[in-house]
Amino acid sequence: MSKYILQHDEPNCIGCRACEVHCTSNKGLGPGPSPCKIVSAGPVDVDGQPRMHFTFMPCFHCEEPWCVKACPTGAMQKREKDGIVFVESSICIGCKSCITACPWGTPQWNPETNKVVKCDFCMDRVDAGLKPACVTKCVTGCLSFGVANEVPDPRRERYARFLLAEAAREVESDGSDKP
Amino acid sequence: MTTSMAKAPNVRAVETPGQRTVYSMCGMCAVRCPMEVTVEDGRVTWLQGNTKDPAIGASLCAKGAAGLAFEFDDQRPQTPLIRKGPRGGGEWRRVSWDEALDYIAEKLHATIEQHGARGIALSDRGGPFTDLTRTFIHALGSPNYFNHDATCGGNVHNASRSLFGFSHAELIFDLKNTKHIVLYGRNIVESIMVKEAKAFMGAMANGMKCTYIDPRASVTACKATRYWQVRPGSDYALNLALIHEILKQEIYDREFVAKFVDGMDALREAVATTTPEWQEEHTGITADQLREFVREIAVDAPQVVFHPGWMTARHKQSFYVSRSTLILNALMGNIEIPGGLIMGKSPAQYDRKGLNALTARVAPVEEPRVDGAGSERPTWDPAIGMLHRLFAAMETGKPYGVGAYFAYRHDPLTGMPDREAMLHAMEHLDLLVSIDVRYSETAWQSDVILPESTYLERANILFQANGPVPVFGMRDQAIAPRYDSRPAWWIFREILRRMDIKDTLDFESIEEIWDYQLDGTGVSIADMREAGMAVLAEAPRFIARDEIRFRTPSGKIEIVSDSLLKAGLPALAPYSPHTAPTGDAFTLLFGRPATLAHGQSLNNPILRDIAPEQELWIHPDRAGPLGITDRASVEVQGAGKYRGTLKARVTPWIHPEAVFMLHGYGATVPLATRAVGVGVADQRLQGGKLDEFDPAGGGCALTETIVRVKPAATGGLQP
Repeated sequence: MSKYILQHDEPNCIGCRACEVHCTSNKGLGPGPSPCKIVSAGPVDVDGQPRMHFTFMPCFHCEEPWCVKACPTGAMQKREKDGIVFVESSICIGCKSCITACPWGTPQWNPETNKVVKCDFCMDRVDAGLKPACVTKCVTGCLSFGVANEVPDPRRERYARFLLAEAAREVESDGSDKP
Repeated sequence: MTTSMAKAPNVRAVETPGQRTVYSMCGMCAVRCPMEVTVEDGRVTWLQGNTKDPAIGASLCAKGAAGLAFEFDDQRPQTPLIRKGPRGGGEWRRVSWDEALDYIAEKLHATIEQHGARGIALSDRGGPFTDLTRTFIHALGSPNYFNHDATCGGNVHNASRSLFGFSHAELIFDLKNTKHIVLYGRNIVESIMVKEAKAFMGAMANGMKCTYIDPRASVTACKATRYWQVRPGSDYALNLALIHEILKQEIYDREFVAKFVDGMDALREAVATTTPEWQEEHTGITADQLREFVREIAVDAPQVVFHPGWMTARHKQSFYVSRSTLILNALMGNIEIPGGLIMGKSPAQYDRKGLNALTARVAPVEEPRVDGAGSERPTWDPAIGMLHRLFAAMETGKPYGVGAYFAYRHDPLTGMPDREAMLHAMEHLDLLVSIDVRYSETAWQSDVILPESTYLERANILFQANGPVPVFGMRDQAIAPRYDSRPAWWIFREILRRMDIKDTLDFESIEEIWDYQLDGTGVSIADMREAGMAVLAEAPRFIARDEIRFRTPSGKIEIVSDSLLKAGLPALAPYSPHTAPTGDAFTLLFGRPATLAHGQSLNNPILRDIAPEQELWIHPDRAGPLGITDRASVEVQGAGKYRGTLKARVTPWIHPEAVFMLHGYGATVPLATRAVGVGVADQRLQGGKLDEFDPAGGGCALTETIVRVKPAATGGLQP
């Protein structure tokens, strides 16, 4: 896998799909292709409350990417230095082998170029010290990006804060019961 | 008589080569988030939130991100257009700016001849730049400026004025320190204001609780800690019972109330019998549930906030919903404390000078407003008006006739109820002008369309926002216009010049206007361009508890208000119960997804691509007897002839008495090829609702609409 992690903190996600448009806008894509995707489901009943589920689907940047193996021209590549899987558009012939091969449906068809486009973590931005477009402009900050193990895990931090807020409430509640 | 028309009045730096950052404000919805635009050799390459404003950072929503697709889209008015043939016939003549403006001036003279200057009206969508539109209409000699609040925040705005003496917009939520927020259908994470959505989710992650009240479970309901599926239109009953219980249990802030609330006796009287048990049949919430909630907020008070809402044009007691919601905040004593509602501060409160207003260059118009706001309707703010009364005046000629109407970036045929009634009223107009960046439904029916430059292609007047710390904000021009369009300030100046009103907007460039606005403030245009804003104080300063003054006659929060008394209206009216619709009849509710802003987004190539399919949410208990199954086609019809077909979404997350659909669909303009004919226009199902409104707040009673639902004849999906 690539050395990076693109984390989606689902409890903090609102399914607004801004990430999808940040991506296509940065890549200059028209209608159709969606290199990253939010898949929404629900509402469903969870303990009497309505809950939505949002799944974020960028590219996983596999260690042994099937799309790379399937590509007949070498357009689909894995970057040596950090494992980012990307497509070199100038040698893509539009055969769609990668689209068929990928178990996650990640490579996208671009009808304007008749070639494939896919999530490459916005590697030009990464190389410039920036974060991918989807992460940079996410509305709530539920997306985070960095070298795996170096980015904090929002789930642990949130759970700790939640416990603190509950503890504070209990203190106040006890206080108000006293005469 | 005019200077050269050939060239758009660009800001001086607009053609600068190379890469640069321009500070702007998003124009993809009416929120107008602050943003940074990266321009490379005159072409926009990147849009993001204004990182100099920590409340937004680089964030933008999907609509904002689709700004590039909007800019490069050819499906928008590209030159001034004058109608040929009948209104709405779709035949246009491309004309020069000179010809279009001369034509408008000629028609305005005819209107003034027949009706006087008061027969000219303008509506826009409110917001930070209305100093310009008000100046334009007042300079013409008419009092009839309107914003869009008849179908948005009019009820809550006027309710807040009746209590505090200022708009609810001047109460700013400090969500970072809030422990519990209560939302009455305020769908924070779908009707997105980026700063608010970000602050809300951040606070939820820090343990804030959220009680969300709505007949439909929106995405915000799915993020809340408590969801109450109330009966449609019953929020006022719920509030009366909450106030009853809070007073009874004495969990309100007694010190704050004693000091700052006037009229507690009237309040106690209004809620004397509205017990938790009383409200059960109205709302569907049990007395136990309500008491449990009250116990919970008692612990979290005073950091408990009740959101008074924005879109409150719901029913004929919406004013009292907003009023009682604001009273609940007062009872919590959450005003001007961390975690509560912070009062907006003027520059003067920080010993700074505010922007010079353009309206100061015009003599006040003494003529009474056509809608009676501020006169026969003392509780309606004359500064914003109530647009449905303008249509009534067009139709009836009473209290006086209206001959000319400017719809400036406003689309009443999408935003207001009952298209057929509006079209009929507009037949009486001599002149209907749309100034817009797109082919709106109203533009298509207009006599003249004036293409405004897009938000990336124009600069606006500066604005001042009185938050916890007051700021000046700027929308600078990022790029030159792609087509023969003009910025609003230029368009209004040119019309005034043709009406021989030359002094009011006597500016040759936007920089001249900015210099006028900034004169004496200690802030320069160069300062503004550094960050797109100027923050007028280092840190927010709370007003000491003893020194809080409200802008009411008594200086206190007035439960009993003079304006209500003058209008012959009670401080809190008795609750008017609703009869549950039965059989094939349902209360029609509407809302928006995070990707669309009313009617203005669906023709955007990217937003159209990801737009949700419009579905009719219907409860299984009601769908079953009608033979309606999930994903089956259903036909919906309102009080008028208009009807539409869409797919049913059979779900328990809508109250059985209601159906729900997304707003912003059902466009008819053929040149907007991606949006035309897609889905059903809920506003066209609201037949008869142009004349139904909340008498106290003035807002339309949109969610009193009853529709009939049946399986579609040609659906072909019935089992």
